[in-house]
Amino acid sequence: MSSAIPGDLKYGETDEWVRVDGDEATIGISDYAQNELGDVVYLDLPWDDAGSRTIKAGDHIGDIESVKATSPLFSPVSGLILKVNESLRDQPESVNSEPYGKGWLLVIRLSDPSELDKLMDAAAYEAFIQTRKQ
Amino acid sequence: MGEHETAATALQRTPLFERHQALGARLVEFGGWEMPVQYSGIIEEHRAVRERAGLFDVSHMGEFRITGSGALAFLQSLVPNDVSKLAINQALYTQLCLPTGGTVDDLLIYHLGTDDYMAVVNAGTMPKDWAWFTEHAAAHADVTLRNDSATTGLIALQGPAAQRILQPLTTTDLHTIAYYHCQPGTVSGIECLISRTGYTGEDGFELYCSAGQVGALWDALLAAGRPEGLLPAGLGARDTLRLEAGYCLYGHELTEDITPLEAGLGWSVKLNKESDFIGRQALLDEKQHGLKRKLVGIVLRDRGIPRAGYAIMREGERIGEVTSGTMCPTLEQAVALGYVPPDAAAPGTQLAIEIRGKPVAAEVVTLPFYKRAK
Repeated sequence: MSSAIPGDLKYGETDEWVRVDGDEATIGISDYAQNELGDVVYLDLPWDDAGSRTIKAGDHIGDIESVKATSPLFSPVSGLILKVNESLRDQPESVNSEPYGKGWLLVIRLSDPSELDKLMDAAAYEAFIQTRKQ
Repeated sequence: MGEHETAATALQRTPLFERHQALGARLVEFGGWEMPVQYSGIIEEHRAVRERAGLFDVSHMGEFRITGSGALAFLQSLVPNDVSKLAINQALYTQLCLPTGGTVDDLLIYHLGTDDYMAVVNAGTMPKDWAWFTEHAAAHADVTLRNDSATTGLIALQGPAAQRILQPLTTTDLHTIAYYHCQPGTVSGIECLISRTGYTGEDGFELYCSAGQVGALWDALLAAGRPEGLLPAGLGARDTLRLEAGYCLYGHELTEDITPLEAGLGWSVKLNKESDFIGRQALLDEKQHGLKRKLVGIVLRDRGIPRAGYAIMREGERIGEVTSGTMCPTLEQAVALGYVPPDAAAPGTQLAIEIRGKPVAAEVVTLPFYKRAK
């Protein structure tokens, strides 16, 4: 099964995507990841931390619950949590239906933009998925 | 992220494996078998079964044939339920117990004819169950055992539209098959045992046929069911459906350390039947002295999803453990099954489930979570 991998995003090895706009980065999980998880029914995100919590790349920042299992969510970048997608409280299924749109998870103000260079571009991420399937 | 499937070494496959692949199923390891966990999505498949119909490949289950003039006496000595009460073409639910009362497996027993029975056991425990059957049959005269697991195909057709879908494919009048009864017949020209049983909480049928014909049977049922909104359904939906219906899953609610009485299956344990059976004394003692723990249904009163292994808390103290949990697709509520001491088992009891170190408010409720309207 092929997955959508937009060319304008960066990707982490734990299947997050990052969309950069100035010094702000929006984070979500990839189409491949949502498909692997199956129906998302609940997200445990840092709801109360917007504007107050600084995280490091690799930090465990939440959990995504599908019908079958719980999967930890890691931040691919460092910085201050600016926003958490409140609509996912009532519509967690957006992560499945629009992983790159309404299903976004967090916005982070980047403290170290050079971290972006360590993330994969779309071609590298596609190759990365293929190696994992084998 | 996600559950990465382990390397598929030496996993067994049912005769329908290629069909699952062609249908785009996600395949996972389950009890030593490579099985479809979902096709279009667990929630969609779950709802199809509740509202219309779903088709499940359960050919991985094990089937043992027990024949001979000693068959009934042997089975009576092996299981807590009363097999002597079965009419021909009737089935019952029961367990295999250890002398301690712990559960080796849970199973169905069909009475197919005079001195002729079939036991249907779980896939992952089949080798252990077969050893248990053969070991204990040795002490009985005139019992012949045959392991038909590899040569038997099994499809479950479940949901309110099941009879409407199946009837045009068979000359058997399905109205004459009551719940937990069966009849031999043909479906789309294929010889089957048509059984009105299931594991979803809906009306439905389980169709046993030869492994060589189960593919043709699957195709016929899928074609007949599609216009009625039937979907192929995987083990994921099977699990959420059985959990809503409050059915035990071996390895979760039942293990060798859990007795059927603790699991709330006392209705299937006939301590006063004429025959002695393995585990009877332990179960009698347990009943007399009182249960140490009971299986309960729990709903979360705050946000979160309970999972197997999570702690059940009361006033800050750990009193038990979740054995199964999920977000119920029909009820749209997070629910769990788990074991607690009897004094915490009454519906309405306020508890908490510890989710990643945080207590989440929960309440004991009456099982099942879901019961279909008759």
